[in-house]
Amino acid sequence: MTPTLTADEMLVRSLVDQGIEHIFWHPGGVSFPYHRALSKCEEIALVLVRHELGACHMADGYARATGRPGVVMLTSGSGATNSITGVANAYMDSVPIIVICGRDIAGESVSAQLDETDMIGVSRPVVKHSYVVPTASDIPRIVREAIFVATSGRPGPVVIDLPRSAHESTEKFEYVMPEQVSLRGYRPAESGHAGQIKKALDALLKSARPVVFAGGGVIQGNASSELLTIAERLELPVATSLMGLGAVPGSNPLCLGMLGIHGSRVANNAIAHSDLVLALGTRLDSRAIDDPERFCPQARVIHVDIDPSSISKTIVADLPIVGPVKEVLTILNQLANDKPELQSKRHNTYNSWWKQIESWRQESSGEEQHNLTIDDSKQLHPSDVVQALYEETQGEAFITTDVGQHQIFVAQGYKFSTPRCWVTPGGLGTMGFGLPAALGVQFAVPHETVVCITGESSFLVNLQELSTCAQYDLPIKVFCFNNGTLGMVNQWNQIHGGEDGLLGYPESMPDFVQLVEAFGHHALRVSSHDELKEAVNLTFSEEYERKTVFVDVQVEPNVLVLPTQNSDFDTSVKDSVGI
Amino acid sequence: MKQLLAILFENEAGALARVLGLFAQRNVNIESLSVAPTEDMTMSRLTLLTVSDAQTIEQITKHLNRLVGVVKVVNLVHVEHVERELMLVKVCAEGDERQEIKRTCDIFRGQIVDVTTNTYTVQLVGPTAKLLGFLEAIGRAHILEVVRSGTCGITRGAKALSAGPKGA
Repeated sequence: MTPTLTADEMLVRSLVDQGIEHIFWHPGGVSFPYHRALSKCEEIALVLVRHELGACHMADGYARATGRPGVVMLTSGSGATNSITGVANAYMDSVPIIVICGRDIAGESVSAQLDETDMIGVSRPVVKHSYVVPTASDIPRIVREAIFVATSGRPGPVVIDLPRSAHESTEKFEYVMPEQVSLRGYRPAESGHAGQIKKALDALLKSARPVVFAGGGVIQGNASSELLTIAERLELPVATSLMGLGAVPGSNPLCLGMLGIHGSRVANNAIAHSDLVLALGTRLDSRAIDDPERFCPQARVIHVDIDPSSISKTIVADLPIVGPVKEVLTILNQLANDKPELQSKRHNTYNSWWKQIESWRQESSGEEQHNLTIDDSKQLHPSDVVQALYEETQGEAFITTDVGQHQIFVAQGYKFSTPRCWVTPGGLGTMGFGLPAALGVQFAVPHETVVCITGESSFLVNLQELSTCAQYDLPIKVFCFNNGTLGMVNQWNQIHGGEDGLLGYPESMPDFVQLVEAFGHHALRVSSHDELKEAVNLTFSEEYERKTVFVDVQVEPNVLVLPTQNSDFDTSVKDSVGI
Repeated sequence: MKQLLAILFENEAGALARVLGLFAQRNVNIESLSVAPTEDMTMSRLTLLTVSDAQTIEQITKHLNRLVGVVKVVNLVHVEHVERELMLVKVCAEGDERQEIKRTCDIFRGQIVDVTTNTYTVQLVGPTAKLLGFLEAIGRAHILEVVRSGTCGITRGAKALSAGPKGA
């Protein structure tokens, strides 16, 4: 017999039936009945946050680390609007989160209410889809649809607004969870066009200087192993976007690292000189492409993406393929299996191309090394810290960051060995993301090492979640690059001819060690190579394995993230990629 | 460049706002808009007239297709189609001018749908250029009020917009 349930029971049951195990929440008056019902539910672990934005970033980190949807529950009004930056961040980076809010707007109540805000309207430009629940009996269908929409196609955030009128009643309804989702306006591509994929393989085999450009879609679409298969089979060099780091292991010789305005010389040179670019799951945004005219002027471009609006947006694709990267690469691998010329063990077509790439790699690695300061009398360079963390964790930690110089230093220096370990706010550039995202990741993978690498300015944006961290005993490790200045903004200021040091506030910085200790965590300050080594050893020691540790790293101020292709600031790199 | 989009989408609260938001976000003005349910009351049909370059409208079209509530999008300027618009004009019509206005109305195949001692309300249907031609012929001094429905467009021939696969 179909059970009859009240609205709040209906919501809890729907979430449990859809396999939701964690909810990041902050309760309030309007959503109270749901929260009460949820707190009685044993199947779902509730994570009470300190700020709604923290909840969104936690759900975001949780979703990136696992591919499962991150669920947030909030009340109405400011409770809902506080989450907007988090929703926008998930939208820009195509992360599946579900934000469920209370709703109490005019028209549904006789009098004007506290917390009256049109969350659906406020969030409209930054959601994949949104729902207002018409009646309680619609809840199972809407929960199911919302999760399907958020996680399929190009993933993204979905908002569900629960009107007070739907959940204040004690009336019971039949609980009917639809067996499948049927949306006539939403049918994401399930595979690529076989004819186009065959053409792509032929183009790859005919090319002399191919490069694969892997974006975040390879990670989100779980296509890493298919990518590695085709790349190894054809010996294709693979460059990645910021979001694509980890698509192939960073230490794999096929991996050229990140390209773009702060990309490696070898990746940028390879793209600039290539005759064929296979772009996978990337929107080719402005950080990847400084100047579309000079990006890959001699190359044919094959662009594979599940979202047609990403194709031919900045770089016109000669061969567009709409479809999920994983399925497209599976077909490409099958077609390659059938090619007689690929039956021999090695495919040696690109020998001279690889020789050229290796020579760029030599130059590139020399450049990267100069960032590192071996001399102990000098202040620590951010790259020193990244290198120390890489050596300690062997590229296997989950790393979250905020936005700024520290983010790029990690992207350049930390060679991620697996996908989904790199959790960074790429599209929106959200300060305050790293700490709550690390909490979300740790909930998703409780036995893995989670490190938040941040800058002092970014860390201050959402530091209240240190309290959540204490409440749930999350053993995250925070390395805060403290240079007392808005490093990346300063760098841009210098590039555009502004005065140096205008955007710092070292005198008004808090004492981070005292601050973090006030939350009950272990904190230490380091400013020399020896201290750094000691701090890394202690942070990852058995004694501190299950504890939160914060390291305030005093790094050299006024360092620049190099290479950079911006303006004429670093002409050597610009010239080298200019054709 | 003139663009005329025909959009089929779910007839539900908020669906139109999502469609229009995509134009507002890109600072593209909507010249006219006509929307009502189709023979299937669960679905609305919208004809939207705008002026924009080919690249912008292509990107907007791709984003329209991304919307969960949008079932089909066709840019009618790329296919043979018929356009019609309905206009109601209240004109000042007194004394000898009443005859002249009635004649002009007949020439344009308009209908007078309301009459008072000193006004006519004229209903006119046709391509937008014809409606504008009528307004010019009547003269601005006589026009009290104009209301236009916005352009409705439909493809010629047997091909029809229906809820088939998107982008087909």
